[in-house]
Amino acid sequence: METYILLKLIWAVLLGVLLTGLAVMVGMDMGVGTLLRFVGRNDAERRAALNAIGPHWDGNQVWFILGGGAIFAAFPTLYATSFSTFYVVMILLLFSMILRPVAFEYRSKVDARRWRDAWDWGFLISGALPMIVFGAAIGNILEGVAFHFSWDGQYYQDQSFIWYLLNPFAVLCGLMSLALSLYQGGTMLMMRTEMPIAARARSVAMAGGLLAALLFAIGGVWISYLPGFLFAQAVDPAMPATPLGGPQVIMAVGAWLTNFHIFPMLWIVPGLGFFGMIAGSLALAARRPALGWWLGALAWAGTIFTVGCAMFPFLMPSVTAPSQSLTVWNASGSAYNLTWMLAFSLVFVPVVIIYTGWAFRIMRGRVKTAGMANDDHSY
Amino acid sequence: MIDATVVELSRMQFALTALYHFLFVPLTLGMTVMLAAMETVYFITGKPIYKEMTQFWGKLFGINFAIGVATGLTMEFEFGTNWSMYSHFVGDVFGTPLAIEGLMAFFLESTFVGLMFFGWDRLSRPAHLAVTYLVALGSNLSALWILVANGFMQDPVGAHFDPDTMRMEFSSFTDLVFSEDAQAKFVHTSIAGFVCAAMFIMGISAYYLLRRQHREFAARSFRMAALVGLVASLAVITLGDALGRADYLLQAPKIAAMEGIWETTKPPYEPWKIVALPDDAAQRDVFSFGLPYVLTPLVTHSFDKPIPGILALENDVKPRIVRGIGAVLALHAYATTKDKAALAAFRQNENDMGYGLLAQRFAPDQDLAKITEADLPKVLDLTARETIPNVFVEFWSFRIMVAFGFAFLAVFAFGAYYSLKNQLERHPFLLRLTTWSIPLPVLATEFGWITAENGRQPWTVFGWLPTFQSASSHALGYMLFSLTGFALLYSSFIAAELYLMFKFARLGPQGRPGHTPTQPGPALAGAPGYADKPWQ
Repeated sequence: METYILLKLIWAVLLGVLLTGLAVMVGMDMGVGTLLRFVGRNDAERRAALNAIGPHWDGNQVWFILGGGAIFAAFPTLYATSFSTFYVVMILLLFSMILRPVAFEYRSKVDARRWRDAWDWGFLISGALPMIVFGAAIGNILEGVAFHFSWDGQYYQDQSFIWYLLNPFAVLCGLMSLALSLYQGGTMLMMRTEMPIAARARSVAMAGGLLAALLFAIGGVWISYLPGFLFAQAVDPAMPATPLGGPQVIMAVGAWLTNFHIFPMLWIVPGLGFFGMIAGSLALAARRPALGWWLGALAWAGTIFTVGCAMFPFLMPSVTAPSQSLTVWNASGSAYNLTWMLAFSLVFVPVVIIYTGWAFRIMRGRVKTAGMANDDHSY
Repeated sequence: MIDATVVELSRMQFALTALYHFLFVPLTLGMTVMLAAMETVYFITGKPIYKEMTQFWGKLFGINFAIGVATGLTMEFEFGTNWSMYSHFVGDVFGTPLAIEGLMAFFLESTFVGLMFFGWDRLSRPAHLAVTYLVALGSNLSALWILVANGFMQDPVGAHFDPDTMRMEFSSFTDLVFSEDAQAKFVHTSIAGFVCAAMFIMGISAYYLLRRQHREFAARSFRMAALVGLVASLAVITLGDALGRADYLLQAPKIAAMEGIWETTKPPYEPWKIVALPDDAAQRDVFSFGLPYVLTPLVTHSFDKPIPGILALENDVKPRIVRGIGAVLALHAYATTKDKAALAAFRQNENDMGYGLLAQRFAPDQDLAKITEADLPKVLDLTARETIPNVFVEFWSFRIMVAFGFAFLAVFAFGAYYSLKNQLERHPFLLRLTTWSIPLPVLATEFGWITAENGRQPWTVFGWLPTFQSASSHALGYMLFSLTGFALLYSSFIAAELYLMFKFARLGPQGRPGHTPTQPGPALAGAPGYADKPWQ
């Protein structure tokens, strides 16, 4: 196999890994933010819940930044087109993401009820909104987006996304993403807070896991009735990375299941996701939050890679100009760039994982609710 | 057709979000290093006051750091949301340093900053010190990669244009990283951050000294900051000169605009303009006043090399525009027909393609094919004029930055001198001046960015991609929505930040909500390490 094809494939997989890391780590913090008002009934409890992720949210958030940077470098045309197409969504996502760090740092620095209450609403909005929007965007990409390119590579939007962003299927994806984030945030709170916060988190997390499983199943059936995208001509995976002048693409109902029909082995992927959600909820029922956390990560991986397997090699199909759809083959960086990026990833991803694990180990144990009010080094 | 209003609004949004982001970045860059220095002294001497210093300045750093991170998120995504053509055109090169920044630097900084704040009781002293060093390393590495990316916009080395993918493709990692512009700018910028942090610490310490509060704490912090600031501000000035020289060699229009050079200079007499009122429309100075014999050695590091003036640059660029128009037309033909002859025609003039793209804006219907013989001179004039950045803005933002730089040197020098002589409290004017100077280094870095980026116009990638063509083709409503949102969110953030900064700075090192700060009064004889030191 030609090296360039291999590099494109590796980066498609790494894109999935990156999105999974982002969903697990950022989703967990978002879940805690969303749950804050419900698991904490007084200020000390809310502070304890916040400090459960206090030392880690900043590091976790880098997954989001790395996601932006890596898509920029590895799939430049995807970065350019998707972020512009979903402009208002991306701006809302950004507003939420930039509200959160400030909320963490500022909330507990002023001892006034209204000040803290306002920031707690900020946590709720900046936790729930991005997860719904993240899921809805993936849903929309599965359904196809309205854009085309002119000869010089400039993209044009053919229909304002506002009219289709919150369609029923996308809402389903958004809710599922929210449910998984509540699950992941809940398991973290179970591990790192005391009663009764942990007990409240446990019931929400179990419900979140089961709801996600239900929505995942419905989505799976639904997708077989939705139009997917298919190449109508032979494709050269080593093609130069440009969406212009590519092979013809057609839309057909149920086409997103084609890969699963060709390689039945792929059914393992959604199976693992489903298993993660159900077994995770059971683990929480048996009061095993650490196991539940890892099963939650498996659920995310299963979900995201299911979408990837269904769409492969498409990344962002166009409904108005299907043959200009962005794919792993036509939207990637150059071979030289992908090689350098891969080298850096091989060195630094393990390093990052090691020191992130070390940081979690150092800060392990439950946050004490009682000492919260006088603690100067906490959020 | 590209809508000029949308481009202008996109530029405005990017400029505002970037300048806002950079209100917080320099403090982060410098404060992490200052914290590492303080903790090192604590580690070596074991004196608790240095731990107190690390923790107190660390808290103020944290208030600032949060907004720095938050607003940095905007920057990482704004290329995609508002500059789609730019992102597509250079993502293969420009995206890579951004991705590496996240992977190598920002993860490091962000993971360990949590341990730095929360780990005092959980880590051994050497382990905590190591954590603080890693935060400082991470934040400055971050600056390196971001400035490597920025360096590519100023001087696109390490890449070539590929007509098959219609974008610039990465061809040399080392050329990109060791780009002269990127390296000069990295050291200049990160050390400017040290100046900002030094002035911040010195100014707040001066405030305590004036009120006779926390005197030992303030005197030690002041001395450390003054010494760091003195060295750093000297370094910033020297390195700024190196950066100016890189501009002289690589970006002639920028240096001409910075110095307000309309006509090619006549060495060695040519004066360096101290003040002038450049009139961009008439392309001359309304008045100017300068020091003779200074400009030539300052810019060219010689006494005999002339510096090309703006009028000459405009004239010289016209043949490039003609070739550029040919290159773009050939590229368009190649893109639609894949004709080998068109490709060969493109190859002949490919290095001038950017100037053809620049001319598009002035062509009838923004279509180069519609330019007639009669139109051509007008298109050439307008395009040539367009290659020059706004001289008034460039000239003055550069001068304000430089004036500030030298003023800081003086403040640090006096501060260090009187601090070493233990006479600070006898010079309330100096202390007051220092306190009022806190925001000025940050302001100076903002003017530095305006100089660098206004001077790069009309390009996003110098010589290759015009700003006008880089923006996403958004509807006007989208832009109004995001601009309003950013304005509201960012102004409430800055209000909250300033409120908290003032609150915690006033509370002082021993203060926490509910506690009264140390009363003003005579020297605290019982304080550790104080009685044996004649601070006054």
